[in-house]
Amino acid sequence: MTGSATPATPATPPGREARVPLLELRDLRVTFPVAGGVARAVDGLDLLVEAGETVGLVGESGCGKSVTALAILRLVGPDGHIAHGSSVRLEGRDLLALPGKEMRAVRGNHVALVFQEPLSALNPVLRIGAQIAEAVRAHESVTRATARWRAIEMLTMVGLPEAERRARQYPHQLSGGMRQRVMIAMALVCRPKLLIADEPTTALDVTIQAEILELLAELQRKLGMAVLLITHNLGLVAETTQRVAVMYGGQIVEEAATEALFARAAHPYTEGLLAAVPRLDEPRERLRVIPGQVPPATSWPAGCRFHPRCPYAWERCRTEAPPLLEAAPGHRARCWLVEEPARRTRADAPPGEKP
Amino acid sequence: MSPWRLAWRRLRVNRAAVAGGVLAGLIALATIAAPLLAPADPLAQPDPVGLQNLPPGAGHLLGTDGFSRDVLSRTLYGARVSLAVGLLAALLAVLVGGGVGFAAGLSRPAVDRLLMRGVDVALALPRVFLLLAVFALWEGVPLAAVILLIAGTGWFESSRLVRAHVRSLRDSDFVAAARALGAGRAGVARHLLPHVGATLIVCATLDIGNIILLEAGLSYLGLGVQPPTPTWGNMILEGKDLLFAAPWIALAPGLALLFTVVAFNLLGDGLRDALDPRRAR
Repeated sequence: MTGSATPATPATPPGREARVPLLELRDLRVTFPVAGGVARAVDGLDLLVEAGETVGLVGESGCGKSVTALAILRLVGPDGHIAHGSSVRLEGRDLLALPGKEMRAVRGNHVALVFQEPLSALNPVLRIGAQIAEAVRAHESVTRATARWRAIEMLTMVGLPEAERRARQYPHQLSGGMRQRVMIAMALVCRPKLLIADEPTTALDVTIQAEILELLAELQRKLGMAVLLITHNLGLVAETTQRVAVMYGGQIVEEAATEALFARAAHPYTEGLLAAVPRLDEPRERLRVIPGQVPPATSWPAGCRFHPRCPYAWERCRTEAPPLLEAAPGHRARCWLVEEPARRTRADAPPGEKP
Repeated sequence: MSPWRLAWRRLRVNRAAVAGGVLAGLIALATIAAPLLAPADPLAQPDPVGLQNLPPGAGHLLGTDGFSRDVLSRTLYGARVSLAVGLLAALLAVLVGGGVGFAAGLSRPAVDRLLMRGVDVALALPRVFLLLAVFALWEGVPLAAVILLIAGTGWFESSRLVRAHVRSLRDSDFVAAARALGAGRAGVARHLLPHVGATLIVCATLDIGNIILLEAGLSYLGLGVQPPTPTWGNMILEGKDLLFAAPWIALAPGLALLFTVVAFNLLGDGLRDALDPRRAR
């Protein structure tokens, strides 16, 4: 629930409840120059994250999820370019307009990022305690001893046994799960309001995955932060998020409360993703795949970007790009089917999927 | 276990490196203890007529030279110049080179380009001729100036190495992660510094041998530290004409030079393999 008190909600004038979302992305566009043109990796993305909430951002590889995460922190590198007219607001503050120094103060302090691969994301020649302390000292002028103490406290909080001894160890001395705990400790040591977790469990064993997710949920309760969970794994989203945004072709194609999305997917792409997840509670059949591949970001198809792979596509989809349409209250999909639901029929309609 | 301890373990099993290290250590010890070990004053000429060019024997283990000076004592004292120049100039060179390379690697492209073009130009200058010219014009050049000049003309390559290393590390995930948590340029530098340390140690060790050879070469040409102060280079020069009549005069400093350079090179190679396991074997 988002009702729990978060320590640092901005003071709004009494009487006028102008609720500012924690994170608001509007028309985010990120381009990369590539051989043979410009890749529009993120192309008009809108997304809201409220304080304390967990939002899933789901999509295939190459759909722009990770670039979105980096763009929020303005870390798309020397090559990436965040287009003019994009807006990234954190508690109403336009991050894209901040001077470099203030932007650095946001990273880690207000918005933190956990990467997918904990081994390469940790410095192999620094003790983990020192690395976490470094993250503290990037934002707070504390003594070495205090920073170190904070590091050990945080390592304890993420459930690393013998934190004090572990703090003196190097990344290669830890297991994969422990490394990811260290990454999480490093990200949360300054108590950010938003944690962006980019595929936080993909590189881990299945049993460890569950532990890490559990840990994230527990820390979220304790610290009251919001989590943007970026993943290709729908199962993860179902267990941990309140709201889901599905990304395709650099845009959000469907956005809904998690339950609503799993119960009544409005967009054919989401439908396809759900059908591609193996289920244990239904008679076994062949796993379905979505035919085709994500088109290259240099040349999105005209009209709806999903139409070449869509089983329902008709002429309108080929020419007219659909906006995000309201399928139900709080449930939006970028699909003409919302306006013309009768079209949701196809020759090879699979059994057991009638809405 | 720290990466340094792991490197130490890898070094310890490398026989050539251990041999080089032990030899280099012994040479360094002997150099420091020269006043205790040397049987005679290296400058004393007890009897320039009667005792000159004595072959190695009981009184003079390595014989005497044309001025009746004890060759063993002179070789020991000569090591002081060679090692002082080798060690200090190598240290200075990698510190300057490392600093410039590190700064260039972390700087904006414009600054980086400026620094590296400067280094390119400097690398195009012929070092030996430059030093020859300076020493030829500067009579009685002090040891400190020799060290500074050799270091000042020898830091370019280490700056390139370090810059390349920093560049490659800058794109690594852990730097991206540090940036994502708010590290600025100073924070990134603190993350990268320990990585560069290994490169610098290897660079310095391999440089020592080269610089000792360079200094000996200059001394041999009669430049740099002047007689009667013994250096291996000027000792070889003095023994050159008697190479067949009294070979020990040139052979003693020559072999000392050979062993010293080989020792530091073996150690340097071993350190490189130990500190960068990907290159080993």
